[in-house]
Amino acid sequence: MSSRELILGRVRAALRDAPVVPEPPRDYRPAGANWADLDVLVDRLVDYKAEVYRVTSAEVAATVAGLVGEGGAVLVPPGLPHLWRPEGAFADDGLPPDRIAGADAVLTAAAVAVAETGTIVLDASPDQGRRIITLLPDVHVCVLRPAQVVASVPDAIARLDATRPLTWISGPSATSDIELNRVEGVHGPRHLHVLLLTD
Amino acid sequence: MSEPASASSSTFLGMPATAPRGVGHLRGDRPFPQAARDALQNSQLRRNLRHATTTIRGKSGRVIAELPDWQALRDAGSAIKTDVMSRLPELLVELEERVVAAGGVVHWAADAHEANRIVTGLVQATGSERVIKVKSMATQEIGLNEAFEAAGITPVETDLAELIVQLGDDKPSHILVPAIHRNRSEIREIFLRAMPGVDPALTDDPPVLAAAARRYLRETFLSTRVAVSGANFAIAETGTLGVVESEGNGRMCLTLPDTLITVMGIEKVLPSWRDLEVFLQLLPRASTGERMNPYTTMWTGVTPGDGPQNFHLVLLDNGRSAVLADTAGRSALHCIRCSACLNVCPVYERTGGHSYGSVYPGPIGAVLSPQLTGVADNASLPFASSLCGACFDACPVKIDIPSLLVHLRNKAPHAAAEKAAMAAAARIMDRPRWYASAQRAAKMARIAGRRGRGLPPPLSGWTAGRDLPEFPEQTFRDWWSGRTDTPARPAADPPSPGFSSGVSGSDGGSSAGRDASAGPGSSAGGESLAAPESSVGRESSASPDASAGRESSAGWEDER
Repeated sequence: MSSRELILGRVRAALRDAPVVPEPPRDYRPAGANWADLDVLVDRLVDYKAEVYRVTSAEVAATVAGLVGEGGAVLVPPGLPHLWRPEGAFADDGLPPDRIAGADAVLTAAAVAVAETGTIVLDASPDQGRRIITLLPDVHVCVLRPAQVVASVPDAIARLDATRPLTWISGPSATSDIELNRVEGVHGPRHLHVLLLTD
Repeated sequence: MSEPASASSSTFLGMPATAPRGVGHLRGDRPFPQAARDALQNSQLRRNLRHATTTIRGKSGRVIAELPDWQALRDAGSAIKTDVMSRLPELLVELEERVVAAGGVVHWAADAHEANRIVTGLVQATGSERVIKVKSMATQEIGLNEAFEAAGITPVETDLAELIVQLGDDKPSHILVPAIHRNRSEIREIFLRAMPGVDPALTDDPPVLAAAARRYLRETFLSTRVAVSGANFAIAETGTLGVVESEGNGRMCLTLPDTLITVMGIEKVLPSWRDLEVFLQLLPRASTGERMNPYTTMWTGVTPGDGPQNFHLVLLDNGRSAVLADTAGRSALHCIRCSACLNVCPVYERTGGHSYGSVYPGPIGAVLSPQLTGVADNASLPFASSLCGACFDACPVKIDIPSLLVHLRNKAPHAAAEKAAMAAAARIMDRPRWYASAQRAAKMARIAGRRGRGLPPPLSGWTAGRDLPEFPEQTFRDWWSGRTDTPARPAADPPSPGFSSGVSGSDGGSSAGRDASAGPGSSAGGESLAAPESSVGRESSASPDASAGRESSAGWEDER
């Protein structure tokens, strides 16, 4: 008997009482219950030590250039809108990890943002890129369109495609492992900048 | 040599079986009371725990209060988990199909031995002699690191708290924060002693300590080709797995290596993608007290060009089917490992996690560990609780831990002397005449067990950890039989405990008993009732008249 059959047999034997369970109640606020409030998003992002800038699409490139400073190397995913690309940015076309880690910052779009939790979700679309590129650089700059912001977690789940690689990001890398206090800056990017588009 | 009942039935293939002995970390070396006694001597430990649990309770309470539908989310979480357990076989098969269809490989491990063998073999097949690990309760439970070391593979724990435990040659003491028993200066000392290449000028400032871990692990993340993780959930409908974390070490392990091996208990499966909308709200707020944890990674099989190109999912039973077979106890499998019950538990806060002897400490551990191993192997754990109920209130999926503890106490083996005493008590309480005599005899205990001394052997075990309640000088029966000069009370005005003696109605029997020191005089007037409430309750349901004639005012002479 394979372990698969053994375990499934054990679980079936354990359920000999054939419990009948009703459909779970879902009386919590469902997707679509609330409008996304951009001010709530900003408040929650800032609370978890992200920096937020409200800019137009045309101001993105200059804002990023200002954040990384002169000569800063900005990595971008291959499908990032051209308008956003700072001068001199280099695109990920299968770069090795050390090249990615060598970038001063990475600039991406996002798939969804959750106002209530201050969360940005990346789904590895061409304007966001492979997961590795938002992991190794120390600064992550993420551009959000207002239409991508939803009110709550159920709204985000409803919008996302489960089969894509998803990264939910709420503030910069942090830990609660020392005396259960949140400390920013461990293995992931230590700086998260969110550019919220106003157009 | 006695075997737990469920273990002996494992000879019938396909019957639920408990976790095997001799592997993993579910059983302590000593019973809880012994281990706890040592822990209680450690005032530094108690200070660290009190500080940490007080902090987390405050944070968690604030973010939970922000959600108007927290209770509805708990109800949904509880019901979804109940549903999962009721159709676990079909969900596991569905998950397997989806993971395989997405390019993953699924393995089934009946117990810790098999899981360790599978994972070690997979690592060896890659040729790598080192693995990076994301903090995982399942791999701690099965003792995977020990199995790796026996096979010549070096496991590197990448979670900060796990790293502190590993470098300190220590054991985890909390589900979420395994190094919760260490404060910042102790962590600094461990890093200075055991972290290769650490800056000797390291301070105990938490950001500086975190930065030291970042530097230490960076090269390891980039150069290790195999990672091992647990999983917070797996979606049967889509084959999606998820790891919820804070530091980014999880993202590193789940993204950078060529091969990812995930070990997951079979109870972690969820039916549908939509179910995550519940658990992603419950888990962070109950666990770290955050609206959302910094990072959550979700992946479905293998994505060409992005992340590990070889993915293995190991589905682990290791006693879970035995827990499921206990209809009254199976809800312990609903646990999402948030550790909220640890953070509110007055016992955990004082004894720490090591006293429980299992990787699952605290209230849920006192339930889950004995269930996974068979109660006989962890017989003291169901008693490691005051049954105050704080854990039930804190649990985001509403596991009724106090009821489970009582259920397991009944299953725990009881000493022959205790069984005999309980049987004798039952016989005596069935017979009013014997009972009256026993009450008089009980006053001897009052003499034998004067405050501070406890009872003499063989009853000393009972009073070693408890105050012996002082027995009242007069029992209710005595008072009733001696009240003949008192006019019959109107039915509308029954005597209530404390109505004139100042005993608060909410006080327990022992404090009511202490009030008896007001002296017989106050009782004799018939206006005060000095008997403990518990005995009032028992007596009033019997027929006082039947015994009134037989009882004299015996008992007064015992006063010394």
